[in-house]
Amino acid sequence: MTAPVAITVTVNGVAHTAAVEPRLLLADFLRENLDLTGTHVGCEHGICGACTVLMNGDSVRSCLTFAVQADGTAIETVESLGTADDLSPLQQAFRDHHALQCGFCTPGMLMTITDLLQKYPLADDDDIRDGLSGNICRCTGYQNIVRAVRAAVALRDGKDGA
Amino acid sequence: MKPAPFEYVRATSLDDAVAALEASGGTAKILAGGQSLVPMLNFRLVDAPLFVDINGLSDLAGIAVAADGGLAVGALTRHRELEISPEIRDRFPVIHEAMKHVAHLAIRNRGTIGGSLSHADPAAELPAMCVLLDAMLDITGPVGVRTVAARDFFHGPLSTDLADDEILTAVAFPALPAGTGWGFEEMAQRHGDFAVAGAAATVSLKDGIVAEARLALFGVDDTPIRADAAETILTGQRPEPDLFDKAAGAARAAVNPMNDLHGSADYRRHLTGVLARRVLKAACGRAA
Repeated sequence: MTAPVAITVTVNGVAHTAAVEPRLLLADFLRENLDLTGTHVGCEHGICGACTVLMNGDSVRSCLTFAVQADGTAIETVESLGTADDLSPLQQAFRDHHALQCGFCTPGMLMTITDLLQKYPLADDDDIRDGLSGNICRCTGYQNIVRAVRAAVALRDGKDGA
Repeated sequence: MKPAPFEYVRATSLDDAVAALEASGGTAKILAGGQSLVPMLNFRLVDAPLFVDINGLSDLAGIAVAADGGLAVGALTRHRELEISPEIRDRFPVIHEAMKHVAHLAIRNRGTIGGSLSHADPAAELPAMCVLLDAMLDITGPVGVRTVAARDFFHGPLSTDLADDEILTAVAFPALPAGTGWGFEEMAQRHGDFAVAGAAATVSLKDGIVAEARLALFGVDDTPIRADAAETILTGQRPEPDLFDKAAGAARAAVNPMNDLHGSADYRRHLTGVLARRVLKAACGRAA
C-alpha cells in the first residue's frame, strides 16, 4: 500500500473528491469508487476498447490511465449519454439498427463513436470501420454497428438516416 | 491484472523530473502518455517503485518550425497532434501518412512521440520515421542535454540509448530538400495494429537521376533500420523498374525478421521486398 493521493475529478458534470492509491486505474475508480459500472473492463491492456471514456472531451482508455492522472479533468462515461427512457441520438441509432447483442462492448463503442463523430468526416464505411478498429465486439456484430454509425453520421450531417 | 503498488509524483518542471529520476538511483520511471507503459504495468512486465508523471510539463509539447525549415517536436506531443498538424502535413507528408497507421483514436489522444521512441517497439511507426528522416533526439539528464542521432538511439527491441536518469525531451526533423518524394506502406492485420512489416522512403531527383534515396524498414528487425545497400544501388541511377527490383532485393537481404504469431520470418522478408519496391516507386513518382 502506498500513500493515497487526493484528487478531484468531475465525472458526468459532478465533482468528486477522493484519496486514491496511485496504481488505481481510472476504469476501476469509476466502477468501484463511483459505482458507475457502465464503463466496462475487458482486456486491461488497451486492446479491446470496452473501457473507453472521454477525458476533457477526448476518448481515452480508462484502463491505461491512472485515476491520479484524471485529477482536475472532466470525465464523461456512457452514463452521460442518455437514460433508458431518453436515449441519446447515438444510442437510439444503436437500438434502431440492432447494433448490440450482449452489450459488453457497447459503452466503449458509444464513447469511441462520440469522439469519432466530432473529429472525422466518416464519409464512407471504410472510414467508419477504421475508426471502430480499436474496439472489439466478440459477438462480432460489426455490420449493424457500422450501420448505426452511418445513421449517426447522417444525423450529424443533417441528412436522412440510412 | 492490476499494477503492483508504486509511488507517484507529478513533475512540475523538467529539472524536477530529472532530479526525481536521479534521486531514485535510476529505479524510477517516467510516465508520459502511458499507452505502452501502462499495459506492461497491468501485466506486471514492468515494475518500478516510483513513477514520475511528466504530463503537466506543457513546455515539452508542441511542434515548431526550426531555422532550417525542419521541425522541432516536443517529446510530449500527442500522436493526435502530429496526425492533424499542418506543419507535419506540409513539410513531412511521409509522417502525415504514417500517423494514419498509428494505433486507434483513443490511443493517439494520449500517446506521445517521446513515449513511442523511448518504448522502442521495432514495429512502431514513429521510430521508423525518425530513422528514415535522420532525426536528432535531445536527451536531458543530470549533466544537461545531449543529442543523439535516431540511428544510434535504438539498440534493440524496447532498448535505447537512454540512461536510467535521462528523459527524451525533443525530436528535430531536419528539412527535406524541396521536391523530395516519399512513400509509406505498412502491412498490419488490423488497422492501427503494429506492423507485421513496413517500409518508408524519401527520394530526391536531379535531372531525372536519383540524387538521394532513403529507405527505412520496420517490424522486420530488432530496431527500425535503414537499407544502406539499397540506397547505394539507387543513388545516381535513373528510377526504372529494374532498379526498384534490385533495391528491393537488397532490402530483403538487409533484414533479420523474427517468427511470431503474426507472421513467419520468411513472410516478413517477402513483405519487406514487396513494400520496399512500392515505397521506392511511390517516392520516385512523387519526386519533382
